[in-house]
Amino acid sequence: MTRKQKRLSVIGGLAVVLALSATLVLTALRDQVVFFYSPSEIAEQGVEPGVAIRIGGLVADGSWSLDGEVNAFTVTDGQTAIPARYEGILPDLFREGQGVVAEGALLPDGSFLASNVLAKHDENYLPREVADTLRTQGVWQGEGDGESVGYGPDGGSQP
Amino acid sequence: MIVELGHFALVLACVLALAQAAVGFVYWRDGGATARFVSHAAVMQFLLVGLAFAALVHAFMVSDFSVQLAVEHSHSLQPALYKFTSVWGNHEGSMLLFVLILVLFGAAVASRGRSLPHDLRTLVLSCQGLMVAAFSAFVLFTSNPFWRLDPAPRDGTELNPVLQDIGLAIHPPMLYLGYVGFSICFSFAIAALISGRIDGAWARWVRPWTLASWAFLTLGIAMGSYWAYYELGWGGWWFWDPVENASFLPWLSGTALLHSAIVMEKRNALKIWTIFLAIITFSLSLLGTFLVRSGILTSVHSFASDPTRGTVILAMLAVLIGSAFALFALRASALRSGGLFAPVSREGALILNNLFLSTATAGVLVGTLYPLVLESLTGARITVGAPFFDLTFGALMVPLLLLIPFGPFLAWKRADLVCVVQRLTGALIATAIISILVFAFMGFPMTLAPLGLAIGIWVMVGAVAEVADRANLGRVAPGESWRRVRGMPRTVWSTAMAHFGVGVMVVGVVCATAFETEIVTSMQAGDQFEVAGYTVTYSGERAIEGPNYAADQGEFVVDAPWFWPTRTVTSERRVYVVSQTPTTEAGILTYGFTQVYVQFGERFAEGGRVVRLWHKPNVVLIWLGALIMAVGAFVSLTDRRIRIGAPRTARGEQRGASA
Repeated sequence: MTRKQKRLSVIGGLAVVLALSATLVLTALRDQVVFFYSPSEIAEQGVEPGVAIRIGGLVADGSWSLDGEVNAFTVTDGQTAIPARYEGILPDLFREGQGVVAEGALLPDGSFLASNVLAKHDENYLPREVADTLRTQGVWQGEGDGESVGYGPDGGSQP
Repeated sequence: MIVELGHFALVLACVLALAQAAVGFVYWRDGGATARFVSHAAVMQFLLVGLAFAALVHAFMVSDFSVQLAVEHSHSLQPALYKFTSVWGNHEGSMLLFVLILVLFGAAVASRGRSLPHDLRTLVLSCQGLMVAAFSAFVLFTSNPFWRLDPAPRDGTELNPVLQDIGLAIHPPMLYLGYVGFSICFSFAIAALISGRIDGAWARWVRPWTLASWAFLTLGIAMGSYWAYYELGWGGWWFWDPVENASFLPWLSGTALLHSAIVMEKRNALKIWTIFLAIITFSLSLLGTFLVRSGILTSVHSFASDPTRGTVILAMLAVLIGSAFALFALRASALRSGGLFAPVSREGALILNNLFLSTATAGVLVGTLYPLVLESLTGARITVGAPFFDLTFGALMVPLLLLIPFGPFLAWKRADLVCVVQRLTGALIATAIISILVFAFMGFPMTLAPLGLAIGIWVMVGAVAEVADRANLGRVAPGESWRRVRGMPRTVWSTAMAHFGVGVMVVGVVCATAFETEIVTSMQAGDQFEVAGYTVTYSGERAIEGPNYAADQGEFVVDAPWFWPTRTVTSERRVYVVSQTPTTEAGILTYGFTQVYVQFGERFAEGGRVVRLWHKPNVVLIWLGALIMAVGAFVSLTDRRIRIGAPRTARGEQRGASA
């Protein structure tokens, strides 16, 4: 092989690897992305049952109950409420009246089965999506995007 | 008074850094006098920022609640250790720690870099000075930790209870040592572009800084992972969360930099690429700081944050990176690469390594930023979760891991692949035997996991094989082999150790992911449950009082298989007195490399509790692997040739040692 051919073969090899990984990334982005919905958006847009999504809102007051290992609660944005279930131990900062983000899928009966419930390290923190949702619905009047509401622990290092 | 002194010291350091940068950039050609000035300025900055930091630490230790930051993040009841770590368990204090580490590295270059040419030393320190000035101004103007409150409250509102842990004492300083350490590589790259001095010697001067930063970053990420694992109580050790990715991105590109710098040092090739990587790595470190500080991405680790501060960091990021790349674009074309080589050679292998690592960096970056881009373009709110990263990152790592053992066997310039495969035959056979034994022990599980295990074992065996091959083990008398082992350069050991650590980590990841058992159950006192051969008995709960919390503590007795003794473990649900914040302390028992993890949940009836039990086989190997990698890098730092900066070339040393 001449030097030119060698160089071309190296560059060709690199191009193949890059093209393969770009394809991989794009396919994965199309299939593995999880969309976020507020309860109202689910009611309006009609999300297919069984599709992995995230929902966010406030935990409705008085809605939480525990039956064996199964937690039941209602996620609301002030307009629409969706009943949700989660088997396991809820995060420490899960509270009625506080913001919550749940990952999972809708069941055919329109309720939500959560595989994962996220609550933050900081009880004054409202996830950005939830803050946006509540602001559109006029429930919450805070400023900015999910910053600290009031006087509380502020960003530090992250475990 | 002490606090005002600290405040004043920080202002002085900021001004001094500005003067250092101005003088350095104007007079860098003038040699010794300028070099001495910027060096002294760098040491002075360290003393001043050290004083500022000490003043803040003092305020926290004596619980001076006239300082607003202490009021917001500390409390007189906190144990002394947490009063101390509270200093950086918040935005303002952690940014001051960032500046402290920045000037620490500056002072280290100033005092250690006597062997550097004057112009290079001046330019590196001036560039550092510019960053010190920018970041200390950021601290002073947007997040000043020294503000007083008048009248002073009687007590503070306590550090976020999740952070009241030994992890906060180790994780942030380690992570910052890594992040900020790469600023030195960045400054060296800028200095090289300005002065036009880019050669093998440059790569040798940068190498210790890259190695040290990389080792600290490795430790910092691993420590953070273990901290999240036991403190957050979700039993996971990596979530592919934006904040985690933010620290992982500079690690990936830093690993690529570590390897490409070797090619530049030994063969004077890959110059443009290495400079590019040095700039990218520090840019990614800053991007990480921005993502964490601004809170624009929803993260499981995020705290409340202030978007305006994020905007300022973004602006600094844009200016710094923008000008670095402008300089790069202007000057890079003037660089000429030397050192021709065949595709199959040590250089070729290192290029392949860089290709996979930088593609992986790009993939993780795309996945992390895609939600932001999509939301600003279409308004759709999405999350890119673990499946995306597992798929793309995993697919890129498999070929890289398979190729790791070949690298150190290849000769520089041109290698004979057949010969290398012959020398690796023993390793291949050993891998096959060990893998089959392991599979037989596990009862031949029919999943993809055994393949992953075999890859991990291959990487580990490959590392051992390299040392054995260099010692000519089995081909010469044992005494002669021993003599060779003892005479081996430390960099050989460090390569072998780091690669071995990678293999250990892969085995841990595969085992903990594929073979873990998770059970959620409700238990009454006296109930028993079996998880993967371990019998867990719930003996009951009691109320306890900590120094600044009250807790319900559940006690569990764990009967382990084999020779392990019966042990007791407790898990607590705490409520911190001051902030009324609840936290859960998981109970973890370690058996060799395997852990049993108990999480104590809600009470649902008299004495009944929801309990989550995990069996995590070999999970400890994940962090042990990272530790071995970091120790490998530190071993390389003790190599005499790096310490004294003696020149060497590939020809000079016969069998091409590398880290």
